[in-house]
Amino acid sequence: MKVLLSGNEAFARGAWEAGVSVAAAYPGTPSTEILENIVQYKEIYAEWSPNEKVALEVALGAAIAGGRALACMKHVGVNVAADPLFTAAYTGVGAGLVIITADDPEMHSSQNEQDNRNYAKFAKIPMLEPADSQEAKDFVKLAFELSERFDTPVFVRSTTRISHAKSIVALAEPEKHAAPAAIERNFEKFVMLPRNARMRHPIVEQRMRDLAAFADAFERNELIMQDTGIGIIASGTAYQYARESYPDASFLKLSMAFPLPEKKIREFASRVDKLYVFEELDPFYEDQIRAMGISVTGKQVFPICGEFNPATASTGISGAKPAQAAPLLDYLPPRPPNMCPGCPHRGIFYILKTMKLFVSGDIGCYTLGALPPLSAMHTCICMGASVSAAMGMDKALGDNNLGKAVAVIGDSTFVHSGITGLLDIAYNQGACTVIILDNRITAMTGRQEHPGTGFTLMGKPAKQLDYAVLCRALGIEHVRTVNPYDLEQVRSVIEEEVNRPEASVILAQAPCVLHRREYKEPGPAFHIEVAECIGCRACLQIGCPAISWHPDEGAKGAAHINTLCTGCTVCAQICKKSAIKSGK
Amino acid sequence: MNSVTNILMAGVGGQGVILASEIVSEAMMRAGHDVKKSEVHGMAQRGGSVTTHVRFGEKVFSPLIKDGEVDILFSFELLETVRYLGTMREGASLLVNAHKILPPSVTLGKDSYPDDIAGLLASRYPRFELVDAPAIALQAGNPRAVNVAFVGALSRYLDVPEDSWHAAIEKMLPPKLVEVNLKAFALGREKQN
Ligand SMILES: Cc1ncc(C[n+]2csc(CCOP(=O)(O)OP(=O)(O)O)c2C)c(N)n1
Repeated sequence: MKVLLSGNEAFARGAWEAGVSVAAAYPGTPSTEILENIVQYKEIYAEWSPNEKVALEVALGAAIAGGRALACMKHVGVNVAADPLFTAAYTGVGAGLVIITADDPEMHSSQNEQDNRNYAKFAKIPMLEPADSQEAKDFVKLAFELSERFDTPVFVRSTTRISHAKSIVALAEPEKHAAPAAIERNFEKFVMLPRNARMRHPIVEQRMRDLAAFADAFERNELIMQDTGIGIIASGTAYQYARESYPDASFLKLSMAFPLPEKKIREFASRVDKLYVFEELDPFYEDQIRAMGISVTGKQVFPICGEFNPATASTGISGAKPAQAAPLLDYLPPRPPNMCPGCPHRGIFYILKTMKLFVSGDIGCYTLGALPPLSAMHTCICMGASVSAAMGMDKALGDNNLGKAVAVIGDSTFVHSGITGLLDIAYNQGACTVIILDNRITAMTGRQEHPGTGFTLMGKPAKQLDYAVLCRALGIEHVRTVNPYDLEQVRSVIEEEVNRPEASVILAQAPCVLHRREYKEPGPAFHIEVAECIGCRACLQIGCPAISWHPDEGAKGAAHINTLCTGCTVCAQICKKSAIKSGK
Repeated sequence: MNSVTNILMAGVGGQGVILASEIVSEAMMRAGHDVKKSEVHGMAQRGGSVTTHVRFGEKVFSPLIKDGEVDILFSFELLETVRYLGTMREGASLLVNAHKILPPSVTLGKDSYPDDIAGLLASRYPRFELVDAPAIALQAGNPRAVNVAFVGALSRYLDVPEDSWHAAIEKMLPPKLVEVNLKAFALGREKQN
């Protein structure tokens, strides 16, 4: 049967067809939907792990125990999982272990655009790279075969345009996989003491040579010989773009990003007049091909930054820029993403702004608090950094920092990697205040469960992390809870805590407005009495999509509330004239 | 030479652009075409600009449409239409939903929403059609069926059997919403004047 599947749906299907028994991940665009789709296959145990390192270790354990296992993450997730990754290359696996890394060229929803093909080379782990959904499904299955045949973890690399693009896939029947009977004990293979690791390293190097030989024999590293004037080496969507722009050229389509098929590359180079490497992001193939002594054109003419598109190949090869028609209008108001109407994060950032605090920030929906008009977040580096960076700031500034700074982190982010930073603050006595925005879900990536939500990925009720108890156990003596919709309470508690020369945590608790299980409309929507509105625009300072400005009304203009209002009350608390009233 | 049809769908997060693209892609596959479709999830969905590329034909390589090769620009919001006009080929069709969503800088009073976009488009683009999809959805009995009503209008531009459309709508919507959406589709498919 043929169906339209996204790359992520196809990865999930491929894992099921391959008889995977355990799948673990932490959400992250563009990888999230892989596990969200895997849960429909009841034979697979699937979990949201607290972070990517845990996910990879869970998968590795399952593989050592003899069950095929999958770990999925976005590109930066591999940074978090890098520690087990590099040593898993040494131990090898039991049953197959596959890691899907979903890269985000163009940073549609990411903080950097690292090219994770580099991880394959760095960690000495083979990597397959599909170019559409059919290959996404096929290559996951193939990855499991390679993993078992070569006794190694195997990467499958996706990008946004693979994960979130749909194309037609032919489905197959699943393989049967019985649960393993018992775990194999193997001291030399699985205990990476220096003496054993020293024995394993040469095995890894031999494996890489064997894999390179495989790459040369692998028919999906495909020579497509047509007009030999131009020869293009490409993989993933870059291959699709180039194939479309140069339908008659010759191609070496790489399906294995690492190791490279050196013989095929040499053969291809010798059969074409002009050789190009067309690869998104880093010159990963190009550098290796140059090192083979082959002359090739790549990043001289194709960009290193941003994602490719169907015009990139012809722009680079012909040098001709596509013509741009004159725009219909000279200026268009931008449409950036915004917090939802009623979002519990909004009031907190409004108060932080009015208090003029330096906000050590983190990643999640709440990062939107960095944008105008709230503009109340001053750093955002990686998950968890808000807490530990606040500690460094505090130690650098000493008494000068008292009352001036705060760290802000989401609940899922805190669980992912904020806990150790908070432990550092407690242990090394930082006078930091950390606000945990507990909206009871991982909102930004589409509302996934996590250890603080009370449910698992598979829908089972679960133990719920008690943040207050945890913080106290770490050594934080001052733990306060606030209602993020009560602005006066938020302000006074933050005021007290930031001025205290000791560590403290403020838990701001209210469910995300999109939280299906927990969110309840707080009350009727609000409206603005135009006669009472003095046009001061104070209510516009929270950037709520439900409030709009009408310059032609009243003496100085007036604000209106539209049907998006959820009745959260934040704007009404800000209005100095009490012109914002409950009810229509 | 190019046997591939390119539809660029544009709108604002929350308007159901992606669902519409799912229905169109599914209908195209059922009608026997190779299909690819691509969009971006995540951050952008929080009220930001959304686009999805739908391509179908004998054999589709790229999941993205090359700038200047859009055959149909299918836009759910007036202002968003203007952002993507440059992607259209000469003589492309332009279908626009008669709906305005104010961007934040406009609601904050810093920018103004451009005047009479529909008039400007009509004067510049001979193959322009303005569709009052919100009104059609209301007429069908559910204001939230706007996106499917609008797909109904799009269906007039594509040579696809009616039953492929129906099957696609049935597959993509929850059972209790199928009937009202089929009705919205049918009303959108009738040429409104
Ligand atoms: C290492 C890593 N993994 C995953 C992500 C993707 N990501 C960024 S923030 C976030 C969680 C956001 O949830 P939460 O902290 O609860 O904040 P909310 O969006 O609910 O406000 C995720 C999954 C990332 N940026 N980096």
